[in-house]
Amino acid sequence: MAETAVIEKKEAIKFGKKERKLLTDPLDDNNPITVQVLGICSALAVTTGMKNAMVMAVAVVFVCTFANVITSALRKAIPKQVRMIVQLVIIATLVTVVELTLKAYAFESYKQLSVFIGLIITNCIVMGRLEAFAMANRPYESALDGLGNGVGYGIILLMVAFIRELFGKGELFGYKLIGAAPEYMVNTLDSKWFGWYQGNNLMVLFPSAMFVIAVLIWVHRAWNPKLVDVS
Amino acid sequence: MHSTGSVLRFVLILTTVVSLLLAFLQNGLKSRHEMNEAVYSKKATLASISDHLNIDFSTITDEQVEEIFAKSIEQVVVNQDGQAFTPEEVMAMGYKGGSASDLDMAKEHKKGAEKMLPLYVFTKSDGKKYYILYARGKGLWDEIWGCIALKDDFNTIAGVSFDHKAETPGLGAEIKDNKAWVKQFIGKKLYDGDEFKSIKVRKGGAKDPVYEVDAISGATITGDGVADMLDDYLVDYEPFLKTLKG
Repeated sequence: MAETAVIEKKEAIKFGKKERKLLTDPLDDNNPITVQVLGICSALAVTTGMKNAMVMAVAVVFVCTFANVITSALRKAIPKQVRMIVQLVIIATLVTVVELTLKAYAFESYKQLSVFIGLIITNCIVMGRLEAFAMANRPYESALDGLGNGVGYGIILLMVAFIRELFGKGELFGYKLIGAAPEYMVNTLDSKWFGWYQGNNLMVLFPSAMFVIAVLIWVHRAWNPKLVDVS
Repeated sequence: MHSTGSVLRFVLILTTVVSLLLAFLQNGLKSRHEMNEAVYSKKATLASISDHLNIDFSTITDEQVEEIFAKSIEQVVVNQDGQAFTPEEVMAMGYKGGSASDLDMAKEHKKGAEKMLPLYVFTKSDGKKYYILYARGKGLWDEIWGCIALKDDFNTIAGVSFDHKAETPGLGAEIKDNKAWVKQFIGKKLYDGDEFKSIKVRKGGAKDPVYEVDAISGATITGDGVADMLDDYLVDYEPFLKTLKG
């Protein structure tokens, strides 16, 4: 009797402290970008505007979650010799699904994100979670872990994009907020708040993403004492 | 450890399932993909005359693009000998639909002197006509292309829009993204009397107010590519435009 009870408890799907930790850990204590410093390449490339960052974040959340679930569901069947390749096939399939869907229903974003959607395949966060977590855990926990990591990545992406788009172009989601409206928009929008503000072009260029991410890491560490040099 | 046979079986099943799934998805969404591509290139064409459309171009919808194309634009397919093609002749070349917007310019570009050229004639609400020409060439990393709208003197530029396949954002990609740079072309002229001069992209700032524009710093090669493609393509329209001039 006792034995069955134990198995039952082990198999039960619940949302307790441990599960909550799976979901929230990657948002803060174990953030893929600011703590693990993974996925930097795409974080530099797609954060010139909020809209692109948003699409990219949703795509990564989707790919990360489902790749985790599928890999976890297949984990006992996947031959150990080819596990990496199988993981890659799963990720590549999901990424292609995302790409085809965007091309059909969000063409502008598809054009702007161009190669970076395809490059989710090489995003270390996704591959890392499959290898480190999904291969050893049940689909339910893997889903939470994938979701957490995807969102953790997405939040930082949006923060960087917010800073870069606002100070670089004076816009958010393409809407002019600060600085004088450019000539070609004059018909619809006159100068906005802080008309003297001149968009800082450095913010639009890639190097600024490096500075912004570095500052975010600094702020994150100052705010969360757990992260300060444990070694 | 799995045996080689079971590994092969697993991989075979996985790849079959995955390829079937993707093939169905690709096929199911194909018509939407083609429609999006078509509207996108029509929108790029309209971007060259965005000042003359009487609508806010930054918020233009796909339906508005199609409407302007249906109502105010006449499409012609010409070649560099000044000959115009009928829709049947264009269809015989393998382009469904047979109008200028159906041409695959990446393909035509490779044909060199035998290529067909799209020409769009836009009639503004006040009756003025604008002639939109096409140009294609090489940027730094890959192809660049664009539309050049001429006023009805076939000489003065009314507006341009450029696009590119893989130029660097913030540098070469500015030919598309930097509205101020694109605006420089407005009012420039292609001809000095009868001599074709085209537009030069001048590093260090335009010296000639009529035939030159400023280069983009950090994008010398893309800028030169723009000048080269204008030089290459616009002169090809000359024979046909002459027949229009009468």
